[in-house]
Amino acid sequence: MKTENQKAWFFVLPVLLLVAFNALIPIMTVVNYSVQETFGNNLFFWEGLSWFEQILRSDRFHDALGRQFLFTFLILIIEVPLGIIIALSMPRKGIWVPVCLVTMALPMLIPWNVVGAMWNIFTLPDIGLLGYFVNEVLGIEYNMTRSPLAAWITIVTMDVWHWTSLVVLLSYAGLVSIPDAYYQAAKIDGASPWKVFRYIQLPKMKTVLTIAILLRFMDSFNIYTEPFVLTGGGPGNSTTLLSIDLVKIALGQFDLGPAAAMSLIYFAITLLVSWLFYTLMTKDDAQ
Amino acid sequence: MAKITLSNLRHSYLPKPGKPADYALKKIDLDWQDGGAYALLGPSGCGKSTLLNIISGLLTPSEGRILFDDRDVTGLPPDQRNIAQVFQFPVIYDTMTVYDNLAFPLRNRGVAEAHVDTRVREIAEMLEVTEMLKTRASHLSPDNKQKISMGRGLVRDDVNVVMFDEPLTVIDPHLKWKLRSKLKELHQQVRATMIYVTHDQTEALTFADQVVVMQDGEIVQIGTPVELFERPQHTFVGHFIGSPGMNVLDASEDGGTVRFEGQPIAIEGKVTGQGGATQIGIRPEFVSLGDAGLEARVRKVSDVGRHSVVEAMVGDTSVKAIIEGAAPEQGATVHLAFRADQTRLYRDGWLATEIAS
Repeated sequence: MKTENQKAWFFVLPVLLLVAFNALIPIMTVVNYSVQETFGNNLFFWEGLSWFEQILRSDRFHDALGRQFLFTFLILIIEVPLGIIIALSMPRKGIWVPVCLVTMALPMLIPWNVVGAMWNIFTLPDIGLLGYFVNEVLGIEYNMTRSPLAAWITIVTMDVWHWTSLVVLLSYAGLVSIPDAYYQAAKIDGASPWKVFRYIQLPKMKTVLTIAILLRFMDSFNIYTEPFVLTGGGPGNSTTLLSIDLVKIALGQFDLGPAAAMSLIYFAITLLVSWLFYTLMTKDDAQ
Repeated sequence: MAKITLSNLRHSYLPKPGKPADYALKKIDLDWQDGGAYALLGPSGCGKSTLLNIISGLLTPSEGRILFDDRDVTGLPPDQRNIAQVFQFPVIYDTMTVYDNLAFPLRNRGVAEAHVDTRVREIAEMLEVTEMLKTRASHLSPDNKQKISMGRGLVRDDVNVVMFDEPLTVIDPHLKWKLRSKLKELHQQVRATMIYVTHDQTEALTFADQVVVMQDGEIVQIGTPVELFERPQHTFVGHFIGSPGMNVLDASEDGGTVRFEGQPIAIEGKVTGQGGATQIGIRPEFVSLGDAGLEARVRKVSDVGRHSVVEAMVGDTSVKAIIEGAAPEQGATVHLAFRADQTRLYRDGWLATEIAS
């Protein structure tokens, strides 16, 4: 006879609790704020969806979103090909492998705010190594606190320096997993180096590249610390990315309602774009 | 199509080889006739894959030359040698269709698309994969993937030699047999020289007209499957081929008389050479149980279906015999008889008897 009881639910309970404390409750508090107005003293007034409307219609949000997409687009278009090229040119065996791997991994081990501070000092026109060199030796005016272009070049370069290694390491992992026989067969089949890349290396790297692109997208789309330490969003608003703007609204102006609505929209966009990326990149396999 | 000559070939993976043990291949001299079906048989690590990679050009030998029809190709890369190789694990281009996979070696060589189409369809027909031509190659089963790898080797009509490096390793046992007979059939159709590397004697003996047996970087014997079975030139061949392998028994030899455990043993013919460690070799198939002969105690009887393998102890030496019909009980005392014309003497491992004329 089969015993039937509901004990199995107790086994699900720990996960349920974890998810609740980890995701549901924090998100629900944000949802809570996003539909109410507060002036402190724990007094709340129902606002409905008006904060969402306000955010979605505001130019300030559109501008920040535009800057955010531009930033993410730039770093992906630089880091992914660059990462693949570096991974392809790294040695596959021998004593240089660990040297290369450790060197590659170093930037990723440095905390975000330290990276921001490092680059801030590095690019100072009067005492920074890079800033001084470009201004005084090359004679090119380069001052991040004055020129938006200089600020953009700096934050993009900083991110490339900090995170290209991730793409390199993941691509490299994909590359070393290709058995020698593939290269030997390609040699015998008379394939050119480009065809070896196109038909052997790229397909074999695809899974790890998908992960690399997704991670880089999410990280760069949510980036806060480095540009905040480096430029503080300036000059003007030129490097005010979404997260920086969000913190300004939430903690600078203490507009909790609009900030909460913006957080949710921000979250929805990240989720949607990640899903799009993933679906598009894995579409081939499903066929 | 070409005759392949290996001349004074030696290879070492070490930069400065000194003693003979440093060499993965120790002096190979060999001719592969045009259109032959060869098998390269030997245990793992005997140098057979090294030899194959040298012929295909993936490795450059430390010493010696490789000639294709008297043309020296020692320094040429694989794509200029016009050879094809099928690897242990199927190599296919995942993102391409089966058709594109088969067409790949031709397109890389700038063959006209009309001819590519004819060849691909011809090969697909031979391999019985015509209905899969439009499928993405990554969706195929391992045996079909391996078929496509073979197809890529066969698709070029000017190929000098097709080499197979243990191609059936990852194939399910019941498909192994099918692919093996397919290969044999393909060889009869395309008549290209084929070299098949394996450590599996069944694969080697069923595929090849000529089997090259290797051990420790040296060629021990070249011969037809029957020759290898009947007159192994070396105890290694005797032991390696056959199931179970040949009985190799320590024996003494004095002035043409061979004694095993003190008993004189009749052998096939005149003994050649002198000195060295002597052994007699007799296949279990030619050991029979009777009323007279060497007294032995049965240690183990294994029934393997059509016959039984009886392991009997003569003194401290174990002798295997293949017995059709009723086998003796374990522990029973039996008398072993060796068929004289199949009993040979080996000196330091090498055959040291002549066939009686």
